[in-house]
This record gives sequence, structure tokens and C-alpha cells, in this order.
Amino acid sequence: MALLEVNNLSISFGGLRAVDNFNIQIEKGELYGLIGPNGAGKTTVFNLLTGVYKPNEGIIRLDGEDITRKSTIEINHAGIARTFQNIRLFKNMPVIDNVKVGLAERYKYSALEGMLHIGKYKKVEKEMDDEAMRLLKVFDLDGERDYLASNLPYGKQRKLEIARAMATGPKLLLLDEPAAGMNPNETKELMDTIALVRREFDMTILLIEHDMKLVSGICEKLTVLNFGRVLCQGETREVLSNPEVITAYLGE
Amino acid sequence: MNKITKNNLITYGIVIAAYIILEALMLTGNLSSHLKGLLVPMTYYAVIAVALNLCVGILGELSIGHCGFMCIGAFSSAFFSKAMENTLPTVPRFIIAFIIGIGVAALFGFLIGIPVLRLKGDYLAIVTLAFGEIIKNVINSFYIGIDSKGMHFTMKSAMDLEMEADGNVIVNGAMGITGTPHNANFTIGIVVLLISLFVVQNLINSRDGRAIMAIRDNYIAAEATGVNVTGYKMMAFTISAAIAGAAGVLFSHNITTLTASSQYFGYNASIMILVYVVLGGIGNIRGSVIAACVLYLLPELLRGLNTYRMLIYSIILIVMMIVNWSPGIIAWREKTFGKSGLLGLFGRKKEVA
Repeated sequence: MALLEVNNLSISFGGLRAVDNFNIQIEKGELYGLIGPNGAGKTTVFNLLTGVYKPNEGIIRLDGEDITRKSTIEINHAGIARTFQNIRLFKNMPVIDNVKVGLAERYKYSALEGMLHIGKYKKVEKEMDDEAMRLLKVFDLDGERDYLASNLPYGKQRKLEIARAMATGPKLLLLDEPAAGMNPNETKELMDTIALVRREFDMTILLIEHDMKLVSGICEKLTVLNFGRVLCQGETREVLSNPEVITAYLGE
Repeated sequence: MNKITKNNLITYGIVIAAYIILEALMLTGNLSSHLKGLLVPMTYYAVIAVALNLCVGILGELSIGHCGFMCIGAFSSAFFSKAMENTLPTVPRFIIAFIIGIGVAALFGFLIGIPVLRLKGDYLAIVTLAFGEIIKNVINSFYIGIDSKGMHFTMKSAMDLEMEADGNVIVNGAMGITGTPHNANFTIGIVVLLISLFVVQNLINSRDGRAIMAIRDNYIAAEATGVNVTGYKMMAFTISAAIAGAAGVLFSHNITTLTASSQYFGYNASIMILVYVVLGGIGNIRGSVIAACVLYLLPELLRGLNTYRMLIYSIILIVMMIVNWSPGIIAWREKTFGKSGLLGLFGRKKEVA
């Protein structure tokens, strides 16, 4: 059974069918790419998967569980974490606290214990600190643990966003244009980071990207969207040599 | 972690030091009776500034009706104290009065929060503003009395209570509650201030506090990170209302005649507390305590200057604003005094963290 199974997903905004009959199957451990021209509906698919929009039709299953009409929060708890096209960090909080917000669902103590710093507070906070530092080390952010998130350089902000998403303990990680605004060196580093996430956490990843070097470099399978419809789906190499894809998106 | 604990301890230290100094001055007879009368108000304004900073600075929602919660805490606790004046001994009565004042204010915070906190933007400011005014006017038309038959309530006039001869009018409409026992003093005010500081500063450094600040910084990302946005907003707002209620209990047990007047609970009073929070630094709990104390005492201490009083007060407001928020001065301050230097007492938390 596939980890993520999406059938006949559709949504309309007014008269515009932004996503029309979208299907995708992602197996556990795969690195899957979602590409297509601007306005094709890629981010809308992400927003449907994470419950920001509710679909008009279709069904989304994660690990066999129907998550179609759940809220963003429930979907996150069910195991989908995401990053955003325009970075959305908790800017006025230290780097480590950004990650600890993500950890909060797995490391719990009561509100009263938190307000009075009694009971399990010390022990659980220590465990959270350790786990957060472990994550930050993986992303090479441990040196900046007390920096405010807004003071990090761009590339590191991207990494922190991925670290925060990983902190929620997801089964599936959605990356929305992780290489947007990056220079070739930073993109190269990002590719290493994504490879690292897969290796370290055995993570299944679905990513939206325009940088074809990144897509052809790391994605195993691709889905091409055009005007809200699936144009082509399959192994990266085959998809990228498909004449339809070349006309619609890549150009001659 | 250590730096945060140290920062919190500095705050408690400042409050305790101020308490010891003022208490010593009082015992050696160096404090005028006018100034002595200002000490308890100073503590409850500091408490409500802490409460409002939790709402505005930590949760990031603008509330301009916090005096309404203070009003509820004041009246509910004063009603209890007056009704039980001859039944219960002072200490347990005053403790229960605190529980009632805090509880009722928290309940109202929760009820107001249900419809409002689901909305985004400026709605909370508008609704809290209206709430503060409404609560004041509603309380002004309450008449409650107790006699041998039990409790009587009307919204018409004291005569309409139709009480027995042994009856006792407790809440008398616009004349409010007269003769609430004077149980609050400076020491109790400082204890309440320390407890509210303890709760708020600890909350900020807990998983719930981080979730609340995450919502402030970016609620879309907070949702996607699994933070229960509505729940945490409710939590922060209710705690903030509860602390404002505690300030109200101090207020009502320090005043002979408690009336729901504009002077204490109106729009201007709420704005004044917002001024304490903004000038002390939004999100900086220690700053709001210091700003509340300084800005409450200043106009009173400047009384000797008559006509020039408000002129000097406004100049001080402007200077504080510049010292606190001007980027040039912040940079200079950090260079000269270090990040936690003397003037850093006022510094925004953002710079320190």
C-alpha cells in the first residue's frame, strides 16, 4: 500500500478549476517531484493535502487513513509536515524554540506544570532540548541555537524550516519550492540537505520545484501539472523526455 | 536556559529590592502620607500591565478593554467581602475574595474569547473596547442587597429591592460598593505582583508559551506545525484576564467607595495601561512593571509643579519612547552598557533573546 494515495482530487475557485482530477501515489521512502508552469496548481495541491483548502471532490489517504476533510492541525498530527514557498519561521523566537514548537506534540506536560515549572517540566524540557539539539546538529544549525530566527542567513532559514517540520515527527514531508531564491551553491547545499534528511530519517518527500537541476538530480518520480490537470507521471527520466512535457513546460 | 532563568531572577530581584527600599523609607518615616497612598495602586497597575503585556506582547492581540476585567475582578471580590464581612475572619475571606475575583474575570475572558479569538486582525481590539465600556455601564445599574430572606437583585433602584428592615444594600447602582474592608496593603500587592510575574515568565518559557508566541509570529506556520491556534489563544487571553482580575481585587480592597467610573475603568484607563506596556517594551515583562511604576508615580510626584506637570510628563513619555525604540539609541546602549546593562533594564526582549 502506498504511503500517500490521492484519488480524483478536485477544487474550484469560482469558475476556475484550479486542480482537476488529480491522482498521485507515493510509496514509502520515495522522493517525488511535482513540477509545472506557474499557476498550474502545484501549491494548491499542497494546500489541499495539508487541509488549508477543502477539496470539492476526491479522497486523500495517508498510510491508509482518510485525512480528506481534516483540519491543518489534525493533518499535521496524522503525519504530514510542510515548508512554505515564502519562508514562514517564528521570526522573533530563538532557533531552538522554533524546533521546540514542532516537538511540542510529542513531549507533553500540563499547562499548570508549565506555568509553575513543577512536576515533569524539568525532565521533559531537558528531553526536548536534547532532541532539538540533535535535530539542529543534523541541519548544521547547532551553532546558531540562540540566534533569533530572523537573523539567520537565507539558506539557514530554509534549513530551519525543514528542521522544524521534521520536529513534528512526520511520515511525509512536503517542500514547497525549497530552492526558490537560492544561488547555485546554496541549491547544491540544499540538495545535500534533502538527501541527508532521507538518509537520516528514512523520510518520504514530495517537493515542488522549478530548478530542473535539482529536480533531475534528486527526484525519482515526477508528476507534471498543467492548468490543474496531470500532464504526465512516472520515472524522472521518462517524464523529462516526454514531448508533451517539453512543449508545455521545459521548452525546446 | 540559564540566561533566561537569570533574566527572570533579575526581575524578581528588582521588585523585591524596590519593596525593601520603600518599606524601609516607610518605617523610618521618610515617606509622606500622600506617597504611602500611592504604593498599592502602583502594585495593581504593575500587575495589570503584566497581564496586558501577556495579551499584547506575547499573544500579539491588541486588547483595549483590560480595565473591564479589572472592573469585574474588583466588583465580584468586593461583593463577596462585603457580604461576608461579619461571617468570615479576615484572612480566609480575603483569600476567597482573590479566588472569586480571579475566577470571575477569567470566566469573562473565556466567554469574550470564544467568539472573538476565532477572528483575525483588529476585531479583538474593537470588541474588547466595547466590552470594557459595556461592563462598566452594566455594573452601574446593578442593585443588589441582602436581608434575612436572602439576596435581592434589581436594575431599577435601591427602593425596588423591597428588603426587610434588617436589609443591607451591597451594590447600590452608580454609587457602587461602599465600605469594602481595607485588606490590601503594599506587602500583599507586591506578593500578587511577584506571583503574576512568576506565572507569566514561567509560561513564556514553557511549551504552551512557545506555542502562543509561535501563533503571534506566524499563525499559518503554527497551524502547519500542529499548534492548536484557537485553543492557545483562548488560554493566553483567559490567563491575561485572570491576572487583570487579581489587580481588580487589590483595587477594590484598597478603596472606600468602589464605583464603576470612567476614571478607573473607562477607555482612558485602559489606554493608560497600554501606554505602560508599549513604553516598557512590547513583550518585555520586566519593562512593563518598571514603566507602570514610573509612569504611575510621575504625575503624582510632579504635582508640586502645578501647570507644568503635564508638560513635563509628556516630555518624559517622548524621551522614554525614543530611548526604548530608536534603533540608533538601542545600538548605542548595547555598545556602551552591553546587552544587559543598566539601561538594558528597559530594553526590548527582542534584542536580548
